[in-house]
Amino acid sequence: MCTTCGCGQGETTIEGHAHDHPHGHAHPHDHEHEHSHADGTVHTHMHGHEHEHYHNPDPAHAHDGLHAEGEVHYHAHQGDLHYGLGPAHSHAPGLTQQRMVQIEQDILGKNNTYAAANRRRFAEHGQFAVNLVSSPGSGKTTLLVKSIEMLKDRAQVAVIEGDQQTSNDADRIRATGAPAIQVNTGKGCHLDAHMIGHAIERLDLPDDSLLMIENVGNLVCPAGFDLGEAHKVVILSVTEGEDKPLKYPDMFHAADLMLLNKIDLLPYLDFDVEQCIAHARRVNPRLQVMQVSATSGAGLAAWLDWLLAGLDGARAARAANVDLLKRRVAELEAQLAARA
Amino acid sequence: MHEMALAEGILGIVEDAARAQGFGRVSEVRLEIGVLAGVEIDALDFCLDVVLKGSVAEGARIEMLIVPGQGWCMQCGETVPITARFDACPKCGGVQVQATGGTEMRVKDLLVE
Repeated sequence: MCTTCGCGQGETTIEGHAHDHPHGHAHPHDHEHEHSHADGTVHTHMHGHEHEHYHNPDPAHAHDGLHAEGEVHYHAHQGDLHYGLGPAHSHAPGLTQQRMVQIEQDILGKNNTYAAANRRRFAEHGQFAVNLVSSPGSGKTTLLVKSIEMLKDRAQVAVIEGDQQTSNDADRIRATGAPAIQVNTGKGCHLDAHMIGHAIERLDLPDDSLLMIENVGNLVCPAGFDLGEAHKVVILSVTEGEDKPLKYPDMFHAADLMLLNKIDLLPYLDFDVEQCIAHARRVNPRLQVMQVSATSGAGLAAWLDWLLAGLDGARAARAANVDLLKRRVAELEAQLAARA
Repeated sequence: MHEMALAEGILGIVEDAARAQGFGRVSEVRLEIGVLAGVEIDALDFCLDVVLKGSVAEGARIEMLIVPGQGWCMQCGETVPITARFDACPKCGGVQVQATGGTEMRVKDLLVE
């Protein structure tokens, strides 16, 4: 359990995905080996998780690009490593010598590798993915519902909903007719790229569509986790303090667009919009800002245009890529014909 | 931030290295943590203590090398020291400063047996 925000891992569930063991593995891998790691301790869970996703020899796995092909499988059970099975094939007590091993690896490297795989997948399918982040209660879900309704005839939209518990938000999205999948993070305080990889497998996202990822309501942790999205969009409502960008600078720094929501309430509040925007730009000079109200509809047109422009860009990039591949195929066919 | 997830990331890196290089014990883990990385050092230390139990690095000494924050001030056109992302430039007082150093979170090296 995280001492800072109370987060922990091990209870992640992806909706519609039956699994009755208590730890956070929500994906039906075709494992060839057997292991028993269900004792529920933090360490054992963690390790089982790693093992399953980094050493899965099944090339059909969606994240298979991340696994070293043909890797020898000598993972740990119950948190121990079996060195007798490792490359050294020996571990003689009393003969150890201390040595320094250079590592130089980013701690979030694995998440970033999954994020890169997600990003590649989105690009291949012309999908525009945005990661919506905010504190709880900023109006993210209402804004999403409204946006989906207004985009209905203009784009295909699907949603991944992240919350610690309940599928209430996904239910609200599905009521609009858009496909949605709930990821419950259990005690976790953020979505990570690995969860998104599994969720998009289940969502069956059509090509050239818009994917909205509603992250767990939290202005701290989701800032550090790339999901493979095109942009992080931070939503701040005017019922919060205008100094939130200074209090939670990492999130405002990580975002490309800030939606200042609930502006229909401004007449009743003592909220300084200009100062809020100045605070946000101080943390992130590149930040784009839009003032919106999901309730009154004010400012939503600009937000929807921003989404559609992003989607057009993703589609165009995919189309260009497909054209390029077609040209290459034609060239190779011509070469083949010349030699046959 | 989410120090538990970071601690698990560190464990993963250590165990991958143990597998690849065939060592059985880690006596020291050196991390590089930037002051702008949003990591609560004490919390990370606590989480590592929990997460590393039962692993090759159980009981290992954790050394955290704190990397100072640096930013590029657009007005001064030079690198200046900063302690937070939204710090003003210590020279000109301007706030157009982009963090360029001190954002890292890395496992630097391990002392192994």
